[in-house]
Amino acid sequence: MRGKRLGFIVLAVVVAAAAMMGGLALLVNIMERKQEARNPFYRVVDLNDTIEDPAVWGKNFPLQYDRYLRTVDQVRTRYGGSEALPRTPSKADPRSVVSQSKIEEDPRLKTMWAGYAFSRDFREERGHAYMLEDQTFTERQIVAKQPGACAHCHASVYVPYKKLGNGDLIKGFEKMNQMPYMEARKLLNHPVACIDCHAPDTMQLRVTRPGFIEGIRDLKASQGIKDYDVNKMATRQEMRAYVCGQCHVEYYFKGAEKRLVYPWAKGLKVENIQAYYDEAKFRDWTHADTGAPTLKAQHPEFEMWSQGIHARSGVACADCHMPYERVGALKISDHHVRSPLLNINRACQTCHKWSESELKSRVEEIQQRTFKLRNIAMDALMALIADIKAARAGGFQGPALAEAQDFQRKAQFYLDFVEAENSTGFHAPQEAARILGESIDFARKGQLALRKGPQAASSNGR
Amino acid sequence: MGQSGLFWAALLSAGLVGAATGTGAYVFLYAKGASYLTNDPAACANCHVMAEQYSGWLASSHRAVAVCNDCHTPPGLVGKYQTKMLNGWNHSVAFTTGRFHEPIQINARNLDVTERACRSCHQEIVNAIAHGQEGAPATDCVRCHRSVGHLH
Repeated sequence: MRGKRLGFIVLAVVVAAAAMMGGLALLVNIMERKQEARNPFYRVVDLNDTIEDPAVWGKNFPLQYDRYLRTVDQVRTRYGGSEALPRTPSKADPRSVVSQSKIEEDPRLKTMWAGYAFSRDFREERGHAYMLEDQTFTERQIVAKQPGACAHCHASVYVPYKKLGNGDLIKGFEKMNQMPYMEARKLLNHPVACIDCHAPDTMQLRVTRPGFIEGIRDLKASQGIKDYDVNKMATRQEMRAYVCGQCHVEYYFKGAEKRLVYPWAKGLKVENIQAYYDEAKFRDWTHADTGAPTLKAQHPEFEMWSQGIHARSGVACADCHMPYERVGALKISDHHVRSPLLNINRACQTCHKWSESELKSRVEEIQQRTFKLRNIAMDALMALIADIKAARAGGFQGPALAEAQDFQRKAQFYLDFVEAENSTGFHAPQEAARILGESIDFARKGQLALRKGPQAASSNGR
Repeated sequence: MGQSGLFWAALLSAGLVGAATGTGAYVFLYAKGASYLTNDPAACANCHVMAEQYSGWLASSHRAVAVCNDCHTPPGLVGKYQTKMLNGWNHSVAFTTGRFHEPIQINARNLDVTERACRSCHQEIVNAIAHGQEGAPATDCVRCHRSVGHLH
């Protein structure tokens, strides 16, 4: 009798104890989730506006920092990315890994850029982690004397600018622009880092690049909005594109002061930028084969994206290139900035509910069509350059030559606009296609101009 | 064991059972268990992973005519609570372990519940469409009318 009663009691104790353990475990898990949902972080270090080292910021934000470091991964996509190629380090260039040379992959580029540093060394893009290293050791530093203005986009310059300008960001920017690159290089310590996009006290996104601050002000002025102050007036979603637009843009160095300027005073479309340069009578260099006043386009992702349907629909750069990731119940932005094709599930499928293979093939189809047009435009340009070169060698002079050279300038800039843009058309497929179409037209018009004879100049040559 | 020993053992076990019940009751309260018995959409957004769907619904065309339960549980008391129990269990396991597919996708049973909800309210207009040939697959409302409930 007693034994049975005792047995019951023991059983009750065991069951109750187990139930309580399970209940408490569940309670703790729910507590954790609730805490994660509030998105807290441990304030290990106090951050301020002078700390440029991302490793220090990473102590407070280890998840984001961990992903930021992964930009060292080199992965190829069909039309983008790059492979890690080993090389023997030299005294001038201690890099043991580089990406493949674009001008060797497509030698027509050497002709396109004949007489300019890009015809000597130009490589496939790779992750943010490499930006400072690649800029420091590219041969383009050897064949030309580059100014410190280049550092604006290829290093964490916020703190160096402020130090150089005694607290004044713009003064520091103006000073560094004019320094020789190798002098400026001594002041730089990191590639793009946390402080370049985030305010240290609130982690709010902010613009730190004078080039963008002034460029967007010019753009808004052309749209009728005066004195636009991006850090006060941009919405949060706009900022998710603007912080990337600090560097992924077309630019030039204005005047003897080598002021880095974004040519947006007439608008963001390629013809607006062309008109800006034509009015300023600006050329990047004189083409070695044809004598044409030529322009180089550099990575105009922000401009191209702004013409596409994603921009129209309010999708910012970070939505695809730094999509949200769930860690427990925490929602963080994935700071491993890379091709969305390497992350289709999170970059695309939140909005586009189709299979990964279908999305990938859609993207690659767009890129393939763009690439085919790009090749046609490249061939057209080569034909024009060859014709002008031959004409000059034959003593051709006069207005028709100038007209042909102007067509080359436009054909080349339009082609380069798409070539240098890193989405191979995806950011704005129809825009990219029409730009290439117009480039082909310019190239062929240039050839026609030569055929009219040296004295003739057409009255409606665009 | 003596009489008094048994008494103390019984007291201990009673205490432990009481403590376990109390803990269980506390977990229920802490996790807002009672809210899941209501019709309030905010209850579904207790887990912040549903925040997007909740704010999407607030911006949708159906915000004034349907709450979460109207589309995601069948009508009738038995069906509703059966569905709540099944989904509640699945959601708890998923969120506790962290193992679930992302982006969150509806499963076949729940999709069926939702499709029936569309037809049940919009009977007049869909009867003509849904009456397809025998054996033909049923028309899928949500494929085209994706954003009526919550955007995306």
